[in-house]
Amino acid sequence: MYDKGKIIPGLIIFLGLFTFPLWYNAGNAGNPPKPEKPAGYQKCVRPVEYMRTSHMVLLNQWRDEVIRGDEREMIMIDGKPYPKKLQAGCMGCHADKKKFCDRCHTYASVKPYCWDCHFPPKEKM
Amino acid sequence: MDSQRRKFLKMAGLTAVAGMGAPAINMLLKGEVRASETEASTAPALPTKSVKRLGMVVDVNKFGANPGLAQKCVEACHSIHNVPDFRNPDGSIDKKDEVKWIWAEKYEHTFPDASQYKRNVGLEELPVMTFCNHCDDPPCVRACPTQATFKAKDSGIVMMDYHRCIGCRFCMAACPYGARSFNWRDPRPFIKKLNPDFPTRMRGVVEKCTFCAERLAVGKIPACVEATGDTKAMVFGDLNDPNSEISKILASTFTIQRKPFLGTKPSVFYII
Repeated sequence: MYDKGKIIPGLIIFLGLFTFPLWYNAGNAGNPPKPEKPAGYQKCVRPVEYMRTSHMVLLNQWRDEVIRGDEREMIMIDGKPYPKKLQAGCMGCHADKKKFCDRCHTYASVKPYCWDCHFPPKEKM
Repeated sequence: MDSQRRKFLKMAGLTAVAGMGAPAINMLLKGEVRASETEASTAPALPTKSVKRLGMVVDVNKFGANPGLAQKCVEACHSIHNVPDFRNPDGSIDKKDEVKWIWAEKYEHTFPDASQYKRNVGLEELPVMTFCNHCDDPPCVRACPTQATFKAKDSGIVMMDYHRCIGCRFCMAACPYGARSFNWRDPRPFIKKLNPDFPTRMRGVVEKCTFCAERLAVGKIPACVEATGDTKAMVFGDLNDPNSEISKILASTFTIQRKPFLGTKPSVFYII
Protein backbone atom coordinates (compact mmCIF):
# COMPACT_ATOMS: atom_id res chain seq x y z
CA MET A 1 0.00 0.00 0.00
CA TYR A 2 1.31 3.41 -0.87
CA ASP A 3 1.26 6.17 1.76
CA LYS A 4 0.56 3.67 4.51
CA GLY A 5 2.07 6.06 7.00
CA LYS A 6 -0.50 8.75 6.19
CA ILE A 7 -3.65 6.67 5.53
CA ILE A 8 -3.70 4.57 8.69
CA PRO A 9 -3.14 7.42 11.18
CA GLY A 10 -5.61 9.47 9.14
CA LEU A 11 -8.25 6.76 9.45
CA ILE A 12 -7.63 6.44 13.18
CA ILE A 13 -8.01 10.21 13.68
CA PHE A 14 -11.16 10.27 11.56
CA LEU A 15 -12.78 7.41 13.49
CA GLY A 16 -11.84 9.01 16.77
CA LEU A 17 -13.44 12.31 15.81
CA PHE A 18 -16.47 10.63 14.26
CA THR A 19 -17.27 8.61 17.39
CA PHE A 20 -16.38 11.48 19.74
CA PRO A 21 -20.00 11.98 20.95
CA LEU A 22 -20.27 8.27 21.80
CA TRP A 23 -17.19 7.90 23.98
CA TYR A 24 -17.35 11.40 25.43
CA ASN A 25 -20.84 10.73 26.86
CA ALA A 26 -20.25 7.04 27.70
CA GLY A 27 -21.70 6.01 31.07
CA ASN A 28 -23.50 9.32 31.41
CA ALA A 29 -27.27 9.36 30.79
CA GLY A 30 -27.40 13.14 30.62
CA ASN A 31 -29.74 15.11 32.85
CA PRO A 32 -32.74 12.91 33.61
CA PRO A 33 -36.03 14.69 33.01
CA LYS A 34 -37.88 16.03 36.03
CA PRO A 35 -41.56 16.28 35.13
CA GLU A 36 -43.36 18.66 37.43
CA LYS A 37 -46.12 16.90 39.33
CA PRO A 38 -49.28 18.80 40.13
CA ALA A 39 -49.28 20.38 43.57
CA GLY A 40 -51.83 19.21 46.09
CA TYR A 41 -52.32 15.70 44.72
CA GLN A 42 -50.85 12.64 46.45
CA LYS A 43 -52.04 9.80 44.23
CA CYS A 44 -52.55 9.22 40.52
CA VAL A 45 -55.18 6.85 39.09
CA ARG A 46 -52.52 4.10 39.00
CA PRO A 47 -49.21 3.65 40.88
CA VAL A 48 -46.44 5.98 39.73
CA GLU A 49 -44.29 3.12 38.39
CA TYR A 50 -47.15 1.92 36.19
CA MET A 51 -47.92 5.42 34.95
CA ARG A 52 -44.27 6.07 34.16
CA THR A 53 -44.01 3.08 31.84
CA SER A 54 -47.56 2.41 30.64
CA HIS A 55 -49.69 5.58 30.70
CA MET A 56 -50.20 5.27 26.95
CA VAL A 57 -51.59 1.77 27.38
CA LEU A 58 -54.02 3.06 29.97
CA LEU A 59 -55.12 5.88 27.66
CA ASN A 60 -55.84 3.42 24.85
CA GLN A 61 -57.71 1.16 27.26
CA TRP A 62 -59.81 4.09 28.51
CA ARG A 63 -60.59 5.17 24.98
CA ASP A 64 -61.84 1.69 24.03
CA GLU A 65 -63.88 1.38 27.22
CA VAL A 66 -65.50 4.77 26.83
CA ILE A 67 -66.43 4.77 23.16
CA ARG A 68 -66.83 1.05 22.46
CA GLY A 69 -68.20 -0.14 25.79
CA ASP A 70 -69.86 3.08 26.98
CA GLU A 71 -68.14 2.47 30.33
CA ARG A 72 -67.79 6.08 31.35
CA GLU A 73 -67.89 5.67 35.12
CA MET A 74 -65.43 7.85 37.01
CA ILE A 75 -62.31 6.46 38.64
CA MET A 76 -62.45 7.03 42.40
CA ILE A 77 -59.20 7.82 44.20
CA ASP A 78 -59.51 8.69 47.89
CA GLY A 79 -63.13 9.60 47.37
CA LYS A 80 -62.41 11.98 44.50
CA PRO A 81 -63.77 11.17 41.03
CA TYR A 82 -61.56 11.39 37.95
CA PRO A 83 -63.07 11.07 34.46
CA LYS A 84 -61.52 8.62 32.00
CA LYS A 85 -60.45 11.39 29.68
CA LEU A 86 -57.20 12.90 28.51
CA GLN A 87 -58.29 16.54 28.36
CA ALA A 88 -60.72 16.66 31.27
CA GLY A 89 -59.12 13.82 33.26
CA CYS A 90 -55.32 13.73 33.07
CA MET A 91 -54.83 17.35 32.08
CA GLY A 92 -57.25 18.44 34.78
CA CYS A 93 -54.51 17.82 37.37
CA HIS A 94 -51.42 17.83 35.15
CA ALA A 95 -52.34 21.25 33.94
CA ASP A 96 -48.99 22.15 32.40
CA LYS A 97 -48.18 20.08 29.32
CA LYS A 98 -44.75 21.70 28.84
CA LYS A 99 -43.60 20.98 32.37
CA PHE A 100 -45.11 17.51 32.58
CA CYS A 101 -45.63 15.64 29.29
CA ASP A 102 -43.00 17.36 27.18
CA ARG A 103 -40.09 16.99 29.60
CA CYS A 104 -39.97 13.20 29.34
CA HIS A 105 -41.17 13.02 25.77
CA THR A 106 -38.45 15.41 24.62
CA TYR A 107 -35.81 13.50 26.59
CA ALA A 108 -36.92 10.16 25.12
CA SER A 109 -37.42 11.75 21.70
CA VAL A 110 -40.98 10.45 21.34
CA LYS A 111 -43.54 12.53 19.52
CA PRO A 112 -47.03 11.37 20.48
CA TYR A 113 -49.76 12.73 18.22
CA CYS A 114 -52.26 13.34 21.05
CA TRP A 115 -52.13 17.08 20.48
CA ASP A 116 -52.99 16.92 16.80
CA CYS A 117 -56.59 16.64 17.98
CA HIS A 118 -56.75 17.08 21.75
CA PHE A 119 -56.12 20.46 23.32
CA PRO A 120 -53.41 20.97 25.92
CA PRO A 121 -54.71 23.08 28.84
CA LYS A 122 -53.10 26.33 27.68
CA GLU A 123 -55.51 26.55 24.76
CA LYS A 124 -58.44 26.88 27.16
CA MET A 125 -60.17 30.09 26.34
CA MET B 1 -62.30 -52.38 -26.21
CA ASP B 2 -62.89 -48.84 -27.53
CA SER B 3 -66.66 -48.91 -27.02
CA GLN B 4 -66.16 -50.07 -23.45
CA ARG B 5 -63.89 -47.17 -22.66
CA ARG B 6 -66.47 -44.70 -24.11
CA LYS B 7 -69.17 -46.18 -21.94
CA PHE B 8 -66.96 -46.01 -18.88
CA LEU B 9 -66.12 -42.34 -19.43
CA LYS B 10 -69.79 -41.43 -19.99
CA MET B 11 -70.81 -43.17 -16.77
CA ALA B 12 -68.01 -41.51 -14.83
CA GLY B 13 -69.01 -38.06 -16.14
CA LEU B 14 -72.66 -38.54 -15.29
CA THR B 15 -71.80 -39.77 -11.81
CA ALA B 16 -69.62 -36.72 -11.19
CA VAL B 17 -72.38 -34.32 -12.35
CA ALA B 18 -74.95 -36.09 -10.19
CA GLY B 19 -72.61 -36.02 -7.21
CA MET B 20 -71.96 -32.28 -7.51
CA GLY B 21 -75.56 -31.39 -8.28
CA ALA B 22 -77.20 -33.37 -5.49
CA PRO B 23 -76.57 -30.91 -2.65
CA ALA B 24 -77.98 -28.04 -4.72
CA ILE B 25 -81.13 -30.00 -5.53
CA ASN B 26 -81.42 -30.96 -1.90
CA MET B 27 -81.14 -27.29 -0.83
CA LEU B 28 -83.74 -26.15 -3.37
CA LEU B 29 -86.17 -28.82 -2.20
CA LYS B 30 -85.73 -27.73 1.42
CA GLY B 31 -86.40 -24.10 0.47
CA GLU B 32 -83.28 -22.74 2.13
CA VAL B 33 -82.20 -20.58 -0.78
CA ARG B 34 -82.64 -16.82 -0.42
CA ALA B 35 -81.95 -14.10 -2.92
CA SER B 36 -80.29 -11.97 -0.28
CA GLU B 37 -78.11 -12.64 2.71
CA THR B 38 -80.31 -10.56 5.02
CA GLU B 39 -84.06 -10.44 5.48
CA ALA B 40 -86.01 -7.95 3.42
CA SER B 41 -86.08 -4.51 5.03
CA THR B 42 -89.83 -4.23 4.59
CA ALA B 43 -90.51 -7.13 6.93
CA PRO B 44 -92.17 -5.81 10.09
CA ALA B 45 -90.88 -6.14 13.65
CA LEU B 46 -87.34 -7.18 12.81
CA PRO B 47 -85.13 -7.45 15.85
CA THR B 48 -82.64 -4.58 15.81
CA LYS B 49 -78.97 -4.98 16.49
CA SER B 50 -78.73 -2.82 19.59
CA VAL B 51 -80.47 -2.60 22.96
CA LYS B 52 -81.58 0.96 22.32
CA ARG B 53 -81.93 2.29 18.82
CA LEU B 54 -81.58 6.03 18.94
CA GLY B 55 -83.24 7.84 16.09
CA MET B 56 -84.61 11.16 14.95
CA VAL B 57 -87.73 12.53 13.31
CA VAL B 58 -87.24 15.66 11.21
CA ASP B 59 -90.32 17.72 10.43
CA VAL B 60 -89.40 19.46 7.20
CA ASN B 61 -92.41 21.78 7.27
CA LYS B 62 -91.38 23.26 10.59
CA PHE B 63 -88.06 24.21 9.06
CA GLY B 64 -90.01 25.92 6.30
CA ALA B 65 -92.14 27.79 8.84
CA ASN B 66 -89.06 28.97 10.80
CA PRO B 67 -86.61 30.53 8.36
CA GLY B 68 -83.07 30.46 9.71
CA LEU B 69 -83.73 27.45 11.92
CA ALA B 70 -81.79 25.13 9.62
CA GLN B 71 -78.77 27.42 9.73
CA LYS B 72 -79.08 27.59 13.53
CA CYS B 73 -78.94 23.79 13.80
CA VAL B 74 -75.88 23.60 11.57
CA GLU B 75 -74.16 26.37 13.53
CA ALA B 76 -74.93 24.72 16.87
CA CYS B 77 -73.53 21.37 15.76
CA HIS B 78 -70.48 22.61 13.92
CA SER B 79 -69.40 25.10 16.60
CA ILE B 80 -69.64 22.49 19.38
CA HIS B 81 -67.79 19.82 17.43
CA ASN B 82 -65.03 22.02 16.01
CA VAL B 83 -66.07 21.34 12.42
CA PRO B 84 -63.89 23.37 10.04
CA ASP B 85 -65.40 25.77 7.53
CA PHE B 86 -63.66 25.61 4.16
CA ARG B 87 -64.51 28.47 1.84
CA ASN B 88 -63.37 29.59 -1.56
CA PRO B 89 -61.99 33.12 -1.91
CA ASP B 90 -65.44 34.26 -3.13
CA GLY B 91 -67.12 33.02 0.06
CA SER B 92 -68.80 29.95 -1.42
CA ILE B 93 -68.31 26.58 0.23
CA ASP B 94 -65.29 24.68 -1.07
CA LYS B 95 -66.96 21.42 -2.09
CA LYS B 96 -63.73 19.48 -2.34
CA ASP B 97 -62.52 20.14 1.20
CA GLU B 98 -65.94 20.59 2.80
CA VAL B 99 -66.48 18.88 6.16
CA LYS B 100 -70.04 18.59 7.40
CA TRP B 101 -71.89 16.74 10.13
CA ILE B 102 -75.34 18.17 9.42
CA TRP B 103 -76.45 20.25 6.46
CA ALA B 104 -79.54 21.54 4.69
CA GLU B 105 -80.20 19.72 1.43
CA LYS B 106 -82.77 20.13 -1.32
CA TYR B 107 -85.74 17.77 -1.27
CA GLU B 108 -84.92 16.32 -4.68
CA HIS B 109 -81.37 15.53 -3.58
CA THR B 110 -82.43 14.04 -0.27
CA PHE B 111 -85.03 11.75 -1.83
CA PRO B 112 -83.78 11.15 -5.37
CA ASP B 113 -85.85 7.96 -5.61
CA ALA B 114 -89.12 9.86 -5.00
CA SER B 115 -90.96 11.01 -8.10
CA GLN B 116 -90.22 14.64 -8.90
CA TYR B 117 -92.88 14.82 -11.62
CA LYS B 118 -95.63 17.34 -10.89
CA ARG B 119 -94.68 17.52 -7.26
CA ASN B 120 -95.46 20.31 -4.84
CA VAL B 121 -93.54 23.42 -5.94
CA GLY B 122 -93.17 24.56 -2.32
CA LEU B 123 -90.82 21.68 -1.57
CA GLU B 124 -88.20 23.37 -3.75
CA GLU B 125 -87.38 25.96 -1.09
CA LEU B 126 -87.65 23.73 1.96
CA PRO B 127 -84.37 22.90 3.68
CA VAL B 128 -84.23 19.19 4.47
CA MET B 129 -81.82 18.58 7.33
CA THR B 130 -79.53 15.70 6.45
CA PHE B 131 -76.98 13.96 8.64
CA CYS B 132 -75.82 10.44 9.47
CA ASN B 133 -78.79 8.07 9.49
CA HIS B 134 -77.23 5.79 12.12
CA CYS B 135 -78.47 2.83 10.11
CA ASP B 136 -79.34 -0.40 11.83
CA ASP B 137 -77.37 -2.20 9.14
CA PRO B 138 -74.68 0.37 8.33
CA PRO B 139 -72.73 -0.27 5.12
CA CYS B 140 -69.90 2.00 6.32
CA VAL B 141 -69.24 -0.33 9.26
CA ARG B 142 -69.03 -3.30 6.89
CA ALA B 143 -66.57 -1.45 4.71
CA CYS B 144 -64.24 -0.21 7.45
CA PRO B 145 -61.08 -2.36 7.48
CA THR B 146 -59.91 -1.22 10.93
CA GLN B 147 -63.22 -1.10 12.82
CA ALA B 148 -62.62 2.60 13.32
CA THR B 149 -66.31 3.03 12.64
CA PHE B 150 -68.61 0.67 14.46
CA LYS B 151 -72.11 0.30 15.78
CA ALA B 152 -72.45 0.96 19.51
CA LYS B 153 -74.23 -2.07 20.95
CA ASP B 154 -76.18 -0.26 23.63
CA SER B 155 -77.33 2.82 21.73
CA GLY B 156 -77.29 1.88 18.06
CA ILE B 157 -75.17 4.94 17.29
CA VAL B 158 -72.71 4.51 14.42
CA MET B 159 -69.59 5.72 16.20
CA MET B 160 -66.19 6.85 14.99
CA ASP B 161 -62.85 6.18 16.65
CA TYR B 162 -60.60 8.72 14.97
CA HIS B 163 -57.51 7.11 16.51
CA ARG B 164 -58.04 4.00 14.43
CA CYS B 165 -59.11 5.66 11.18
CA ILE B 166 -56.47 5.18 8.50
CA GLY B 167 -58.18 7.46 6.00
CA CYS B 168 -58.93 4.81 3.35
CA ARG B 169 -62.38 6.39 2.72
CA PHE B 170 -64.05 3.02 2.05
CA CYS B 171 -66.79 4.14 4.45
CA MET B 172 -67.40 7.26 2.37
CA ALA B 173 -67.80 5.13 -0.73
CA ALA B 174 -70.10 2.77 1.15
CA CYS B 175 -72.37 5.41 2.70
CA PRO B 176 -75.34 6.00 0.38
CA TYR B 177 -76.20 9.28 2.13
CA GLY B 178 -72.97 11.27 1.77
CA ALA B 179 -72.91 11.70 5.52
CA ARG B 180 -69.15 11.32 5.87
CA SER B 181 -66.44 13.89 5.23
CA PHE B 182 -62.72 13.47 4.81
CA ASN B 183 -60.12 15.82 6.26
CA TRP B 184 -58.00 16.53 3.22
CA ARG B 185 -56.18 19.28 5.10
CA ASP B 186 -55.34 20.08 8.71
CA PRO B 187 -58.73 21.34 9.92
CA ARG B 188 -57.54 23.47 12.84
CA PRO B 189 -56.77 26.72 11.01
CA PHE B 190 -60.24 26.62 9.45
CA ILE B 191 -62.24 26.33 12.66
CA LYS B 192 -63.90 29.68 13.30
CA LYS B 193 -63.93 29.45 17.08
CA LEU B 194 -62.27 26.53 18.83
CA ASN B 195 -64.35 24.76 21.45
CA PRO B 196 -61.69 23.63 23.94
CA ASP B 197 -63.98 20.99 25.44
CA PHE B 198 -64.14 18.87 22.29
CA PRO B 199 -61.13 17.61 20.33
CA THR B 200 -60.57 18.54 16.72
CA ARG B 201 -59.64 16.00 14.07
CA MET B 202 -56.34 15.63 12.24
CA ARG B 203 -55.54 15.49 8.56
CA GLY B 204 -56.38 12.12 6.99
CA VAL B 205 -59.38 10.97 9.02
CA VAL B 206 -63.08 10.69 8.19
CA GLU B 207 -65.63 12.35 10.44
CA LYS B 208 -69.40 12.49 10.75
CA CYS B 209 -72.35 13.04 13.09
CA THR B 210 -72.30 10.85 16.21
CA PHE B 211 -75.73 11.86 17.55
CA CYS B 212 -73.71 13.87 20.11
CA ALA B 213 -72.60 10.73 21.97
CA GLU B 214 -70.45 12.91 24.26
CA ARG B 215 -73.49 15.03 25.19
CA LEU B 216 -75.78 12.03 25.66
CA ALA B 217 -73.22 10.66 28.14
CA VAL B 218 -73.76 13.67 30.39
CA GLY B 219 -77.54 13.66 30.01
CA LYS B 220 -77.88 16.32 27.31
CA ILE B 221 -79.77 16.00 24.02
CA PRO B 222 -78.07 16.38 20.62
CA ALA B 223 -77.03 19.94 19.84
CA CYS B 224 -79.21 20.25 16.70
CA VAL B 225 -82.31 19.09 18.60
CA GLU B 226 -81.50 21.58 21.35
CA ALA B 227 -81.15 24.32 18.73
CA THR B 228 -84.66 23.67 17.38
CA GLY B 229 -86.00 24.42 20.87
CA ASP B 230 -89.76 24.27 21.28
CA THR B 231 -90.53 24.07 17.57
CA LYS B 232 -90.35 20.24 17.70
CA ALA B 233 -88.81 20.38 14.25
CA MET B 234 -86.46 17.59 15.33
CA VAL B 235 -87.43 14.91 17.84
CA PHE B 236 -84.83 12.56 19.24
CA GLY B 237 -85.39 9.31 21.11
CA ASP B 238 -85.26 5.54 21.36
CA LEU B 239 -87.02 3.74 18.50
CA ASN B 240 -87.01 0.48 20.48
CA ASP B 241 -89.02 2.01 23.31
CA PRO B 242 -92.71 1.98 22.29
CA ASN B 243 -93.53 4.70 24.83
CA SER B 244 -90.92 7.22 23.69
CA GLU B 245 -92.09 10.45 22.08
CA ILE B 246 -90.44 9.52 18.80
CA SER B 247 -92.15 6.11 18.68
CA LYS B 248 -95.52 7.76 19.27
CA ILE B 249 -94.92 10.28 16.49
CA LEU B 250 -93.85 7.52 14.11
CA ALA B 251 -96.90 5.45 15.01
CA SER B 252 -99.31 8.29 14.27
CA THR B 253 -97.65 10.18 11.41
CA PHE B 254 -96.69 9.34 7.85
CA THR B 255 -92.92 9.52 7.60
CA ILE B 256 -90.36 8.58 5.00
CA GLN B 257 -86.74 7.45 5.22
CA ARG B 258 -83.88 8.11 2.83
CA LYS B 259 -83.39 5.31 0.31
CA PRO B 260 -85.06 2.60 2.43
CA PHE B 261 -84.87 0.12 -0.46
CA LEU B 262 -81.13 -0.23 0.08
CA GLY B 263 -81.79 -2.19 3.25
CA THR B 264 -79.59 -0.04 5.47
CA LYS B 265 -82.54 0.56 7.84
CA PRO B 266 -81.96 4.25 8.56
CA SER B 267 -82.91 5.55 12.02
CA VAL B 268 -83.77 9.03 10.75
CA PHE B 269 -87.32 9.72 9.57
CA TYR B 270 -88.77 12.69 7.72
CA ILE B 271 -92.21 14.28 7.90
CA ILE B 272 -92.73 16.03 4.57
